[in-house]
Amino acid sequence: MNWRRAAIATGFAIPLVALFSYGMTRDPREIPSPLPGRPAPDFALEVFRAGDDARDGPSPGDTIRFADLRGKVVVVNFWASWCLACRDEHEVLSRVARAYADRGVQFLGVLYSDRPASGIAWISDMGGQSYPSVRDPGSRTAIEFGLYGVPETFIIGTDGRVNYKHIGPVTEQLLIEKIEPILPPVASQ
Amino acid sequence: MIAALFLMVALLALPVTPVFSATQSTLAAQPSDTLLEARVRAVASELRCPVCQGESIQDSPSALAQEMRTIVREQLAAGKSPEDVKRYFTDKYGEWILLRPRAVGWNVLVYVLPVIALLVGAAVVMRATRRWAAQPQGAPAGPGEPGKAQTG
Repeated sequence: MNWRRAAIATGFAIPLVALFSYGMTRDPREIPSPLPGRPAPDFALEVFRAGDDARDGPSPGDTIRFADLRGKVVVVNFWASWCLACRDEHEVLSRVARAYADRGVQFLGVLYSDRPASGIAWISDMGGQSYPSVRDPGSRTAIEFGLYGVPETFIIGTDGRVNYKHIGPVTEQLLIEKIEPILPPVASQ
Repeated sequence: MIAALFLMVALLALPVTPVFSATQSTLAAQPSDTLLEARVRAVASELRCPVCQGESIQDSPSALAQEMRTIVREQLAAGKSPEDVKRYFTDKYGEWILLRPRAVGWNVLVYVLPVIALLVGAAVVMRATRRWAAQPQGAPAGPGEPGKAQTG
């Protein structure tokens, strides 16, 4: 009788313990995004700081339209001057953006919930930035991208579809791994 | 005097009751502003704030939640249905954004499991109480000789 009871209790407990242990291995911040594979949201954002390498690139006041970037790989990075993790990835982003600038890859920094003046000061503190920064009034584009927080990085393929979404600071290896296979054919000679 | 008081209470209650027993026609009679706000509140209460912990965008003071409420208001004002607005957000954030998951696929478990657990629990309690009730008063629970209780 006691054995039967113990067996029943174990039968209930084991699946529960298994479920909870599985839950412990998962990061609650990691939420599956429906965006990868889908067309990236359209955007038109005003530049508040040009990229350091901008020869004929957009200057402050210009509008960068997603439609104009078709045929390029677009890396959209959401960041803020109050975001600590953004410091970790800034140098990597700037360096990789420079390395791929001539290979049909456009990096774009979208300021999230922050003032452009703070953003400009932050970039100077961090030693500059090779790609342009745009502002996102009312976080409209952030919401269109289903943003949870900063930093978040979206890699959009030449077909205009979101290829990859990354939550948290990116690494150089990760960026290269994700960008290389989807480089525009003309540029990858 | 009492009749007058009743009349006053009834008159005071009049403009309030239609809001609670809301049908589309009575709602249309309300000033459109408050009506829209009520609909915004209803939809916003069902959407999770992405930058908070288990809070709706209606309850959260964060800037992002505020902006999302603005989007809800704009879309409702433009004539979209609450379902359309929710779909806009699930397209961006996935099902996760809904505080009340839709009863589809595995989600059904969320609604069914508590009921099953409750039924199983009730069955266990009922069986146990029946067994206790069947035992003679004061008898030890174990298998002993039935009849005489050990007293003193």
